Amino acid sequence: MTTARADDDEFTTSVHVYEPHRRGLPRLRPYLRELWHRRQFIAELSRTNMRAAHTNTVFGQIWLVINPLLLACVYFVLVIILAGGNRGADFFAHLVAGLFAFYYFSGAVTTGAGSVVGGGKLLMNISFPKLMLPLSALRTAFFRFLPTLAVYFAIRVAMGLPFYWEMVLSVYFLVMISAFAAGMGMLIGAVQVYFRDMTSFLPYFLRIWLYLSPVLWFPQDAPERFESIMWLNPLFPILGGWGDTIVAGEIPSLSLWLSAAAWALGTLTVGALFFMSREREFVVRL
Amino acid sequence: MSVSEIQPVPGPVVSTRPSAIKVQNVSLTYRTTFERVPTFKSAITRLGRRERAVREVQAVREVSFVVPHGTTLGIIGANGAGKSTLMRMIAGILPPTEGRIVVRGKVSTLLALGVGFNAVLSGRENVVLGALAMGMSRKEITEKYQEIAEFAELGDFIDMPMRTYSSGMYSRLAFAVSVNMNPDILLIDEALSAGDASFKQKAADKMKSLMEHASTMCLVSHAMGSVKDLCSHTIWLHKGKLMMHDETPKVIDQYSKFLKVGENAFTLEDF
Repeated sequence: MTTARADDDEFTTSVHVYEPHRRGLPRLRPYLRELWHRRQFIAELSRTNMRAAHTNTVFGQIWLVINPLLLACVYFVLVIILAGGNRGADFFAHLVAGLFAFYYFSGAVTTGAGSVVGGGKLLMNISFPKLMLPLSALRTAFFRFLPTLAVYFAIRVAMGLPFYWEMVLSVYFLVMISAFAAGMGMLIGAVQVYFRDMTSFLPYFLRIWLYLSPVLWFPQDAPERFESIMWLNPLFPILGGWGDTIVAGEIPSLSLWLSAAAWALGTLTVGALFFMSREREFVVRL
Repeated sequence: MSVSEIQPVPGPVVSTRPSAIKVQNVSLTYRTTFERVPTFKSAITRLGRRERAVREVQAVREVSFVVPHGTTLGIIGANGAGKSTLMRMIAGILPPTEGRIVVRGKVSTLLALGVGFNAVLSGRENVVLGALAMGMSRKEITEKYQEIAEFAELGDFIDMPMRTYSSGMYSRLAFAVSVNMNPDILLIDEALSAGDASFKQKAADKMKSLMEHASTMCLVSHAMGSVKDLCSHTIWLHKGKLMMHDETPKVIDQYSKFLKVGENAFTLEDF
């Protein structure tokens, strides 16, 4: 009894009642409190996963830097060939910043999507708030993203591009990318339990999304007739604002700030609620 | 179910306390997609007919029983009888399809797979992760970790990836984790099948000392010797149904008759 605490509920209280699963949300307050109480698990799971990821390779953790560099080279060559070679340092900085942010997003979504189905043994043996799994995936993706941010600044320095105070504002858009990625990860993670084919669809889906987002092109280069449709892409305001701040050092228009927040927070809310309403059924479906 | 309502006769101290585990008319049905030979052709025809290859498996059917506080319940039955599923439901991992389960106390599980959900990580990392998932704080874990490592007697292996473990080491670590969590209710699922003789002895001693400290326990085992030794009452499951709930010797007697093998068959295995 020594470990019984006053703040325990749902997962560790002294009295548990288990009844047939009903579609619907668990009581939110105790759920979120349990989630907060176990935040160390979220961190530890992602930390050990990252440690385990590169243990068998020669370069080990250096891959965290090699990966983004190779990625930037591949896309730079690709875009230069397609555009006929008239692109300068500005474009390269835009490309690299956008690519790294997009890969942060797609990494968080991909690992988040696989986290529930891949958590098999853990889910089968321990009862805990499952929302920890996609959140841990987000943390993993974020810590993979941080070295790429350093690479980006190193590239900027190497190319002699200036730094602006407005770049600080990019933190806002980084938070929005994270919230949006978390929401998508939860949504797809829950869907994947019922529809395993999602694993095969997801890479193509994300690749097309990359081409539709202002990463390989400047937002202002987009043909005018697509302007209205572009705003339907959540990554357009989010990555657009990110590029404006961290690459160009400009303060984005108010509509970018607002629609980025709307998409990100909306997706996070929908994703989290959908995940929580289904999570008690996950173990039966695994 | 009339058999299930037989309240085991507990001592006077125990009877004043509420039951630790109360299982009322619980059923669980798995829905699995199942095809003997999954082919492209059958997938296409199924899509055309809007069917899904779903098969329902009734793992547990209308089972009811009560475990009074501080007693140990044995759970026996053939493979696939629903023993592990029942344990998972008591632990709150699987929600029942029907019925109701009330559990009073902190539950610690030692299920067949136990810790070691990630074979790439070391034993230590798995222990820490499992304990954090159960909601323990880091401070509690560092206190407990030493006890766990000592109890498991793995030596240097504790810091090696779990894929290098033998099945015996695996079950030793799993057992060490679950008994050292200070549980009010301990669920053990064929835990010691892979341990060696000396560890089995140690584990049995530990379980007895936990029983003396009024922990409630459920023990799933195929080793009738240990069930007799540790459990006052036993339930027998067969194909998801509760066949009998009574004092251990009577249940084992009936179970052995049912299997048409003498009790000698069980002396071959201990835990």
